[in-house]
Amino acid sequence: MPTYNNAATIGQVVQTIRAGLLKYFPRERAVIINPDGGSRDQTQELVRGASINDLQHSSDLQALRTLHCISTEYPGGPATGTALRTILAAADLLRASACGVVSAESTTVEPEWIERLLRPVYQGTFDFVTPLYRRHKFDGLLMRNLVYPMTRAFYGKRVKEPYASEFAFSGQLGTHFLGQEIWMHEAGRTGTEMSLTISAITGGFRLAQAFLGVKPHVDARSADLVGAMRQTVGTLFWSLEPNFPLWSANSSSQPVPTLGAGQEVTLEPLRVNRRRLYTMFRSGVAELEPVLKSILFPTTLSELQRIATLSEDEFCYGDELWARTVYEFAASYHQSVISRDHIVQALAPLYRGRAFTFLVENREASSEEVEQNIENLCLTCERLKPSLVEVWDGRK
Amino acid sequence: MREMIVNELTQATQELIREFARFLPRLFVMLIVVLVGWLIAYVLKWILRSILRLVKFDKLSEGAGATQLLNKAALPSSTELVSRFAFWIAWLGFVLLGISALGILGLQEYVTRFFVFLPRLVVALFFLFFGLLAASFFSRAALLWAVNTDMPSPRLLSSSVRILISIFTASAVFEELGLADSTMLLAFAIVMGAVMLGLAIAFGLGGQYLAKRFLEGRFGPEKKEAKEREDELSPL
Repeated sequence: MPTYNNAATIGQVVQTIRAGLLKYFPRERAVIINPDGGSRDQTQELVRGASINDLQHSSDLQALRTLHCISTEYPGGPATGTALRTILAAADLLRASACGVVSAESTTVEPEWIERLLRPVYQGTFDFVTPLYRRHKFDGLLMRNLVYPMTRAFYGKRVKEPYASEFAFSGQLGTHFLGQEIWMHEAGRTGTEMSLTISAITGGFRLAQAFLGVKPHVDARSADLVGAMRQTVGTLFWSLEPNFPLWSANSSSQPVPTLGAGQEVTLEPLRVNRRRLYTMFRSGVAELEPVLKSILFPTTLSELQRIATLSEDEFCYGDELWARTVYEFAASYHQSVISRDHIVQALAPLYRGRAFTFLVENREASSEEVEQNIENLCLTCERLKPSLVEVWDGRK
Repeated sequence: MREMIVNELTQATQELIREFARFLPRLFVMLIVVLVGWLIAYVLKWILRSILRLVKFDKLSEGAGATQLLNKAALPSSTELVSRFAFWIAWLGFVLLGISALGILGLQEYVTRFFVFLPRLVVALFFLFFGLLAASFFSRAALLWAVNTDMPSPRLLSSSVRILISIFTASAVFEELGLADSTMLLAFAIVMGAVMLGLAIAFGLGGQYLAKRFLEGRFGPEKKEAKEREDELSPL
């Protein structure tokens, strides 16, 4: 349970984790590890102070073994990657057979989440369990329009939440994670969850998805779009270099077993400012022309410039153009045509245009139609992937 | 009388021949130094070109915006330009070394001056390249930041950053070369003063509503809440 200034939510989360462990794993030796990034709001004290008597979830929970809770501050300031590495090192030292990570911001966490994440790993059926959440159809747009389709197209596994704040892994996979190169790079500090998922896929480990429930509406990691893109898209693009032989040979994707499936898409009314996305896309394409010229093919850029002239009602940033755009960004990232961080930042205004189209297309859509539209985008990305292989080393 | 003239002429001719004979080895030394220098400079150019290609210097130069400038000026690639420059500097150095071997007094001073100036020239070029690199990087960073935060006039901001860094670079280069120190310093001060005054006037007069909106958006509780409601979509 990595933390940094989470005093507002940590009490509830730590109690839920304790309840989950006592309820579903009463006979197993368990320890809660809390690497903290230097909180100044008494987060660590709240973690240490949480006791069995505080549990609100069930009055008949009995602790059959001592449940340890260790909170430690890691050096170097808050960084999710460092926190995860601390957890991995502790799990390795303790020779843990199963290890789960829970976000300190998950206000909707239930004791059942612990069971759903850990049980498949503890039983030895799977090595890596990622979550599936119930989300609003317009929530997680970057995940649905870029991170999931592209991870699936590149690595051939349909992991719907490759950048998960909750997940579980086996001891063997934990040791594999520790031996990876990511810790020497920026991906070992931020966006590490994404790297771990990719590492589990490329390592050939057994994957599963567990349905957890409602995801907290606003994830603090994604408050800043550019920051969210650095952590997800930046990490994904970065992973393409060492894994080129693997992803260039993949031509299709396989489903990942889903445990305890539930309804994933909700449809309740939600206030969305679509116009802002549209205007920011238009101004982005116009203002960033010199930057986009060095990243995109002339045909793709002229097509973007054409759709930027369309009115709000006619505007459409289709699946094919979007997939081509992202692939050309990936190739430019590999070739470092300009600073790699600038390439990721330049994708943000274009993503806004794509998000606008997604919102318009799915305004009246049912949950099945939303799922089908995402599936169509994924298939388009898979179909166009050879175009990236062609340009990977061949231009600029 | 005739004999005297013949004697004098013979002596002068003999003296000239003696002088030429004394000068000839130095001329040969000069020619050898120039030829060997050409060979060394050529090898240096070849090695430097290989290293620059290996470290993908052209790509770095493209990122810095130097390639675009070179293309506009119909100049060769930056790798070729740097290696040619190194060749000419090295060869010129050897030519001057050869000239100094001739022992001509007036030329010695110029040769010494050149060798004193050479390190400053290299440092100035170093400043110029990294100044261009910084100007390009920071102007692009400012452009992306302004676009992604929906700031008004992103290109104006980006160009301002580029111009400011370029002016600073130019003043550093001229100071290093020792060219018109005081003129450049004065020009730099005038430009900076003009820019700052211009910004102050523009912000004070033209941008008062923008400043008001910015401050309200930043600190006004009502605006802030409205913005949060609008942006309640989570990308992840």
